[in-house]
Amino acid sequence: MKQETDVLLRVEHLKEYFDISTGFFSSKPLKAVDDVSFEIRRGETLGLVGESGCGKTTVGRTILHLYKPTGGKVFFEGKEIASKEDLLNFRKKATMVFQDPYSSLNPRMTVSDIIGEPLDIHKVYQDKKERMDRILELMGHVGLNSEHAARYAHEFSGGQRQRIGIARALALNPAFIVCDEPVSALDVSIQAQVINMFDELQDKLGLTYLFIAHDLLIVKHISDRIAVMYLGKMVELADADEIYNHPLHPYTQSLISAVPVPDPKIARANQRIALSGDIPSPLNAPSGCPFRTRCRYASEVCAESMPEFKEVSAGHFVACHRLAEIG
Amino acid sequence: MALLEVRNLRTSFFTAAGEVKAVNGISFDLERHKVLGIVGESGSGKSVTAYSIMQILDANGKITGGSIKLDGQELVGAGEKVMKTVRGNKVSIIFQDPMTSLNPTYTIGHQLIEAITLHTDRDKKQARDRGIELLKLVNVNEPEKRMKQYPFELSGGMRQRVMIAMALSCEPDILIADEPTTALDVTIQAQILELMKSLQDQLGMAIIMITHDLGVVAQLCDEVIVMYAGSICEQGTADEIFYHPHHSYTKGLLRSIPSAETDGKKLQPITGTPIDLLNMPKGCPFAPRCEDAMHICINEPCERMDINENHKAACWMNVKALLTEEKGGALHETGN
Ligand SMILES: Nc1ncnc2c1ncn2[C@@H]1O[C@H](COP(=O)(O)OP(=O)(O)OP(=O)(O)O)[C@@H](O)[C@H]1O
Ligand SMILES: Nc1ncnc2c1ncn2[C@@H]1O[C@H](COP(=O)(O)OP(=O)(O)OP(=O)(O)O)[C@@H](O)[C@H]1O
Ligand code: SF4
Ligand SMILES: [Mg+2]
Ligand SMILES: [Mg+2]
Repeated sequence: MKQETDVLLRVEHLKEYFDISTGFFSSKPLKAVDDVSFEIRRGETLGLVGESGCGKTTVGRTILHLYKPTGGKVFFEGKEIASKEDLLNFRKKATMVFQDPYSSLNPRMTVSDIIGEPLDIHKVYQDKKERMDRILELMGHVGLNSEHAARYAHEFSGGQRQRIGIARALALNPAFIVCDEPVSALDVSIQAQVINMFDELQDKLGLTYLFIAHDLLIVKHISDRIAVMYLGKMVELADADEIYNHPLHPYTQSLISAVPVPDPKIARANQRIALSGDIPSPLNAPSGCPFRTRCRYASEVCAESMPEFKEVSAGHFVACHRLAEIG
Repeated sequence: MALLEVRNLRTSFFTAAGEVKAVNGISFDLERHKVLGIVGESGSGKSVTAYSIMQILDANGKITGGSIKLDGQELVGAGEKVMKTVRGNKVSIIFQDPMTSLNPTYTIGHQLIEAITLHTDRDKKQARDRGIELLKLVNVNEPEKRMKQYPFELSGGMRQRVMIAMALSCEPDILIADEPTTALDVTIQAQILELMKSLQDQLGMAIIMITHDLGVVAQLCDEVIVMYAGSICEQGTADEIFYHPHHSYTKGLLRSIPSAETDGKKLQPITGTPIDLLNMPKGCPFAPRCEDAMHICINEPCERMDINENHKAACWMNVKALLTEEKGGALHETGN
C-alpha cells in the first residue's frame, strides 16, 4: 500500500439514472448514483461500502463505462474520457473482477481460454506460443499451476475460480481494477488467501483498486481510504483508520458501530448505535439529505437541501448539515 | 437434564456418487435459556444438523445413528406424528433465505394466522390479534397494514423479522436460526440480532444460532460448537473458544480474520481447499490443511477430550501437549 499523491482516476459529478417504468407510458428515473465526485490515487486501494442497493456496483460499472454515465466526467491519468478512442484505451487499462466466481466464468471454457480471451479480443499476440506464455505467466501471478490450463472452470473450487477471474482481469496489464465484492461468495477460510493475493499483486504490479465490499473488517484491512455511500450519494470519505476511529457522518457512525467484532468481551461491551426503520426506496428518495429518515440528528434544514460533500479536515470529506451539533 | 441432548448423531445423504456422511457422530447439549452458536465452513454440516433435529431432511437424507432427546423424549425413530407436534409446538426454525419459506402468493397476515391457528388453540380472530402482536414484538412498523401485504412488498430486513414472528408464533422452547442475517446489511443485521437477544430475554427460549460470522457468535452466544467436515472439532463457552482455542482449525479460523493486529500486515489464511466429503481422509479431517499436523494426525482420527469442564476439543496437539507436560522432563533427558 503506497502513499503516492498523484491521481490516477478522478470522477466529477458522476450520475447514473435508470429509467424505471411506472405505468404503460410513464417512467421515472431511479437515481442509482447521484452526483458523486472523488479521486483515486495511483497505487492505492479505495474501499467502497454502504447498504445493499446504495449504488456501489453502479459506481464501478459507470466509471468503466459499462453503463453510459447519465452525467458527469471521468478522468484517467489526467485526461477526460470523452471520445470512443479514449474509451478503447481506457478499457485496456481498467477492468473489473466480479462478485460471483460461480456464475461469472463460462463453465464450458478451459482456464487458458478464459484467461486468454481479453488477449484475443484486443489481438495482443499473433504468435501462439507467446500467447500461451503470457497465459501461464498470469496463472503464476494468481497461484494456479500450468496443469490447470487445460481444465474447465466448473472443475474448480470457489477460491480457485476467483483466481481465474483475477488472472483474466490482469491479462491486458491494467493499471486500475474495480473489485466488486470479490471475496463475498467465498468461505471465510478461503477469503484471507484471496485478500492476500490482491495485496501481493498490488505490490508487484503497481495496481490501483476500487474495492467494493460489505464486510467492513475486510475493507478496513485492504483499503488505504474508504468511501461510504447511502442511497446513491457519497456521504463520507477519509483514510481507513480515520473512518474507523473518527467517523463523522451519522450513517457511518452507526455502520461502524454495527460491525460484529469477533471478540466476546468487546462485543458484549459494544454500544451499538441502532438505526430505526428501513432504507427508503431509491425511487422515492427523501428530499434533502438521503439519510434524514433514519438519522437521529435530523432537523428541518436536512429536509430542505442536500448537504454539500466537503472537506472538513485534511482528506476527510463529509456531507452532513449538522456536523457542528454532532461534534 | 438438558433441554436438548444430541448423542453420536449421524446423518447421511445417499447419492449416485456414494454415501455423503454430512453429520458424522456429533454430541452436544443445549440448556434452557441459552444461546448455542454453530460455526464452521461451508458444507461442514451445520444446516444438516438443524434439519436432523427437525427431521426435515431432503428425501435422499437419513439419520443413520445416534439419539436426539428433547426434554427427555427420544426423537430419532419417533415417527412423523411426534415430529409434527415437535415442529409445531417446541422447535421452530428460521431459514437463511426468507423468500424460500414465506409463500409469495399469500399475504403476511394469511400466513401468520394460519401458523397460529395450526399450532395454538386460538380462533381466527384471536390469531389475527396475536399476529399483530407478534409483528409489533419484532418491531415491524404499521403491523395492521403489513398483514395485508405480500412478501415481495417488504424489504429484506422486514421479511426476516416477519419470519422470526412466524417462528415465534408457536411459542417454541427452541428457536433454530440458520444464518438468519447473512443476506442482510450490517445495520439491519445489528437490528435483528438485538431483537433476537431481547426476545430471548423476554420469552426465555433457547436459541441455536448457525452462522459463519464469528462476530455474530461473539455478540450473541453463550456456548459455541465448531464443526469441520461433519464432526465437532471443538466446543465450549464463547470465551473459551475465542480466547483459548484448542483445535488447529479454530485457531486458524480466528487467525485468518482481519483485526487491529493485522493492520498493514498480511492475513494468515488457512491454506488448502475445503474438504470433499466423498473422499474423507482417514485421520483427522483437518489434517490435510493443518500446519501443525503430525504423523498420527494423518493416520488416526482424534477423540474429543476435555480441556476443562467448559471446553472440549478433538486435536492431537492437545494429547501431545499433555504427554509433554507429563513426561516433559523425561523426554528432554533422553535427548528427544
Ligand atoms: N440495470 C439496472 N436497471 C435498473 N435499476 C438498476 C440497475 N442496476 C442497478 N439498479 C438499481 O440501482 C440501485 C443501485 O444498485 P447497485 O447494484 O449499484 O447497488 P449496490 O450498492 O452494488 O448493492 P449490493 O450491495 O446489493 O450489490 C438499486 O436500487 C438497483 O436496484
Ligand atoms: N440433499 C443432499 N444430497 C447430497 N448431499 C447433501 C444434501 N444436502 C446436503 N448435502 C451435503 O451435506 C454436507 C453438509 O451440508 P450443510 O448444508 O449442512 O452444510 P453447512 O455447514 O450448512 O454449509 P453452509 O455454510 O454452506 O450453509 C455438504 O457437503 C452438502 O453437500
Ligand atoms: S444532514 Fe441532517 S439528516 Fe443528513 S446526516 Fe446530517 S444531520 Fe442527519
Ligand atoms: Mg453490488
Ligand atoms: Mg447451511
